[in-house]
Amino acid sequence: MTPVSHDDARAAFYSALADDDPAELYDNAPCGYLSALPDGTIIKANATFLTWTGYDRDKLVGRHRLQELLATGDRIFYETHAAPMLFMQGMLREIAVEVIGASGLRLPMLMNALLKRDDDGQPQVIRAVLFDAGERLAYERELVAARRRAEESEARARVLAETLQRSFLPRDIVALPGLDIGGAYRPAGDGSEVGGDFYDVFRTSPDTQAIVLGDVCGKGASAAVVTALARYTVRAEALHVSSPTAVLTGLHQALISCYPDTYLTVLFLLLDRVPEGHRLRVATGGHPLPLCRRADGSIQTLGYPGSFLGMAETAEISESATLLRPGDMVMLYTDGVTEARQGGSFFGEAALAEVAGASAGRPAQAVADAIVAAALAFQHGPARDDIAVVVVKVPIPRAS
Amino acid sequence: MLGRVDVDVPTRNNVTVSGRADGQPMVFAHGYGCDQNMWRFVAPAFEDQYRTVLFDFVGAGGSDLSAYDQRRYSSLDGYATDVIEVIRALDLHDVIFVGHSVSAMIGVLAAAREPDRFGALVLVGPSPRYIDDDAYVGGFSEQDIEGLLVSLESNYLGWSSAMAPVIMGNPDRPELGAELTASFCRTDPEIQKRFARATFLSDNRADLAQVKLPTLVLQCSDDLIAPACVGEYVHAEIPGSTLARLTATGHCPNLSAPAETVAAIAAFLNESSGPGG
Repeated sequence: MTPVSHDDARAAFYSALADDDPAELYDNAPCGYLSALPDGTIIKANATFLTWTGYDRDKLVGRHRLQELLATGDRIFYETHAAPMLFMQGMLREIAVEVIGASGLRLPMLMNALLKRDDDGQPQVIRAVLFDAGERLAYERELVAARRRAEESEARARVLAETLQRSFLPRDIVALPGLDIGGAYRPAGDGSEVGGDFYDVFRTSPDTQAIVLGDVCGKGASAAVVTALARYTVRAEALHVSSPTAVLTGLHQALISCYPDTYLTVLFLLLDRVPEGHRLRVATGGHPLPLCRRADGSIQTLGYPGSFLGMAETAEISESATLLRPGDMVMLYTDGVTEARQGGSFFGEAALAEVAGASAGRPAQAVADAIVAAALAFQHGPARDDIAVVVVKVPIPRAS
Repeated sequence: MLGRVDVDVPTRNNVTVSGRADGQPMVFAHGYGCDQNMWRFVAPAFEDQYRTVLFDFVGAGGSDLSAYDQRRYSSLDGYATDVIEVIRALDLHDVIFVGHSVSAMIGVLAAAREPDRFGALVLVGPSPRYIDDDAYVGGFSEQDIEGLLVSLESNYLGWSSAMAPVIMGNPDRPELGAELTASFCRTDPEIQKRFARATFLSDNRADLAQVKLPTLVLQCSDDLIAPACVGEYVHAEIPGSTLARLTATGHCPNLSAPAETVAAIAAFLNESSGPGG
């Protein structure tokens, strides 16, 4: 570096300042300047704007309105949005426009403008500055297109998730005579992702009702394929073996051989009609135990937990049996119900029993809906986890 | 939306009532793009004599965006329903309807559906069809309207739904000034695009001949949105209508030339109500 004397630096500074006088700056600024009457009639344009657009100053000034230089769509936007904003707020910021040049070429620009008022407050002149924004606007258009694609793809994913999820729930629940069965499901969050909860209600013989309710670990596509396998395996097994334990053993083996890296929790119930009501057999694979509310209002859990299915080579499946009499009710649910959280506290079994007590006189479907509603209300807002509930009631025969 | 009989229309449509409580009602409707503030410099001039009613269509200004229904607002009929609901909610009769831009035709549609409540129409920059059709000159082609939709997209990049609570905010709050700046001429771009389609793809030429009310057509000079020939068409089609040409240029004389706009409307009202009326 050559040392520069203080005086030399001063001289260079003033020389540069003299060259950069305001008139020179106005005309050759790195942006276009336009001044216009409030109606848009152009009264002044700088050299940069004329160079960019190719217009002759004499053909522009006093002869054209600012908005007439814009592509038609932008002209409508100017008249319906920009001009009102200019008059109401005195300024415009970052309006994206296409200026039509003298050759007919469209020049993408960003426009800022001010409305200057006279001493009486009447609009006097519009001062607009235009920036060449071809690359930026092209990029922004790509962003808009990308956003649209993202929205479309999100919508498709949601439809897919909802369709898949519906396929994991029975379309209609047809209960055997003497039973009243209802089911309810609520996805986590906004329902845009497939959850792992499922249930199914079907008959294995004219007198036997089968019910399965489970929760596959994880969410999304990987959980969905396991859920599908689980549902259809249970249906297939239930048709050729007669014990709930055998059905879940079959499911466990299918999981181990097809999807060794995943596991699930599940309840499988068989209900056979007997003279006193229904004999219930339940097999449990690591799932929250069914809650039984007897006709007298007492509450008990049914069965023993057992182990998750598909996790270890062998699964511990526990089975137990009980008799359901008229007025008894059994509730199957996934952990989305009892683990619904409010701060540090959980919805829990006690709250579930309370809802069951309050709605015990109502049909099974209404009880199931009430449980889902209570769990949702407890956690305020969207559910953290999906929720599935199946309620089985043995109605009290009407006195004839 | 079904079965919502308990809708609070004045809140939903951000209705503002001023002027003489016992005066004949004047309902001012804003056009496509902005909101009732478009009448800020015009409506107060009528407050001495009339009961002035301003409102925002659902989707615009300070309206309740949660009441926005895509299907309803896909056609001008849905907007006409807003007008009728506002008029019914306030139980107005003999209404002087002042509609700017597309609201001129929205007023024509509303008056046809509820003729008993309307007394006169003031159409500011009306156009029954924006797109050229054979001999009819509307001023635009369909490609032009597509261009507008592109323009809307590039000018709403910064709009985010996070702004919605501000836009929907309570008009009684003190920070109205800032809120106004945030919301004026700005709303959900999807709403703007749907309103743009409903507006610029509409064809209400056949409705003009059905107008039975005293009608004023206000036509600006050099209006790029509703050219002079369109104003003349509207005047010719509405039996007995009055055409007033303003020296004001552009499409928004309510903002650019409020005094001239007020004078033209007042002259028409004095004339149609007769001496001492």
